[in-house]
Amino acid sequence: MSEENKREAGRQEETAAAEQQSPPAAEQTEPAAAEQREPANTQEVSGTEPAGAGAEHPNQPQPDTMPEHPDASASDKPAEPAEPAAPAAANADAPSAPAGEAAGAGAVDPEREAKIKAAQEARAKRLAAKAAAEGATAGAVAGAEAGAVDPEREAKIKAAQEARAKRLAAKAAAGGEAAPGDAEPAEPKPPSPKQPWLDEAVELLKSEVHPEAVEEAVINELAGDMPTITVKAEHWRAAAELLKSHGKLGCNYLRNVTGVDYETHMEVVYFVINLETKREYAIKIRTDREQPSVPSAVPVWPSADWPEREIYDLLGVDFPGHPDLRRIMMPDDWVGHPLRKDYVPLDPEV
Amino acid sequence: MGFDLEQVRPEEHEELKRNVLVTSLEQLKGWARSHSMWPLTFGLACCAIEMMGTGGAHYDLDRFGVFFRPSPRQADVMIVAGTVTKKMAPLLRRLYEQMPEPKWVIAMGSCATAGGPYVRSYSVVKGVDQIVPVDVYIPGCPPNPAALIYGINKLQEKIRYEAKTGKQVTNR
Repeated sequence: MSEENKREAGRQEETAAAEQQSPPAAEQTEPAAAEQREPANTQEVSGTEPAGAGAEHPNQPQPDTMPEHPDASASDKPAEPAEPAAPAAANADAPSAPAGEAAGAGAVDPEREAKIKAAQEARAKRLAAKAAAEGATAGAVAGAEAGAVDPEREAKIKAAQEARAKRLAAKAAAGGEAAPGDAEPAEPKPPSPKQPWLDEAVELLKSEVHPEAVEEAVINELAGDMPTITVKAEHWRAAAELLKSHGKLGCNYLRNVTGVDYETHMEVVYFVINLETKREYAIKIRTDREQPSVPSAVPVWPSADWPEREIYDLLGVDFPGHPDLRRIMMPDDWVGHPLRKDYVPLDPEV
Repeated sequence: MGFDLEQVRPEEHEELKRNVLVTSLEQLKGWARSHSMWPLTFGLACCAIEMMGTGGAHYDLDRFGVFFRPSPRQADVMIVAGTVTKKMAPLLRRLYEQMPEPKWVIAMGSCATAGGPYVRSYSVVKGVDQIVPVDVYIPGCPPNPAALIYGINKLQEKIRYEAKTGKQVTNR
């Protein structure tokens, strides 16, 4: 898996995690909010006593965003000292929040603080995920502040990260189970009903084309038991003609052509089918990554024209023998092949 | 002209008061233009489906004087409905230039506004305002017909405001 891929996967995982976690996160913040609601209420009660506390308000550096509990800022009761510190930290690493609010955040609105906390947690999670890729100072700052200020919050973040790692591991395990199925030879299960097709084709390719023509032949169970044959590039033209014209195979229809960038090598996959017998094959041709080149199948299946142009366009695979190999999707003056894993987009904003 | 106000009879005067409007030519033009905005059909993606729906019988854009035209030569406003790819961008620019003055552009949906979900894509223009000047942005993915009608309304307002005051709503 490439770096980019991992990051992508991480991002998806993260969004999924955010979706899954939002209810528990809300629950987690609930008790904190409840704690604060208690003192706030008592303060409100005390605030109903006239004059005294109210008179102090103008002197208070009070932000204008909390009309709900103005009395909470009554200076005679700075609640628990730890609590006001938390929002201050929250605002310190939030670039969008004005600094003045952070200073005045000694006034605690429980609802608002819960919101801030939730947002902060989400941000911290994002930062933590990014930190590995960027090594950014932002992540470090957030981490340091979180460690200094609020152990409870840090614990929560840790728990979230652990949960995420667990899910990732589970996913990786599932993926790891599936992926080798592609490469390993057929398992000792009852053989696939399509196994005879595969054996027949391999036999024919070996006898008619070249003894060394077939690199690998498997039943791809993930793809509906698709008989999958990896053919050497130098024998591909002859193999294609055999696949199309041999009486037993007769794969007269090319369903699809795709290209894959495996980072170690490139692969072009031709899906062919015999429309009478419905006998089908996936033919893979591996090729070098730096100078990818696969003999064109257009002389055999003319419908390979556009798919091969597409693969050339997006992956940069050369198809010697193609009648009109030029870009098909990107503009003619485009630089690079965007679906290659090492492609760097030119836009500064991307 | 052979028209003397002195000789107008009182009953005729009453009639005139009820039937004659006085306005400036600019405002008259603004009024006329804002009520016959013919958009160039420029559906590029799913927003186009909403645009078609807005043009259909239920929402009926015709009642605002909005008739889709297939040719830029006959169009006043370009509703860019959908994702603008880098390959499409020069064509969009050319079609805009082929429209006769005065002309306006509505960026419909988040793709045309700022790239939308494809903002990190290698092939998508991050907002049609990088190619042509945009008058109205309609958020949404895609915006529903009511939102499109609201956007058209805003453009009408803008045309009339600029005709009335001679001021630009925005500096573009």
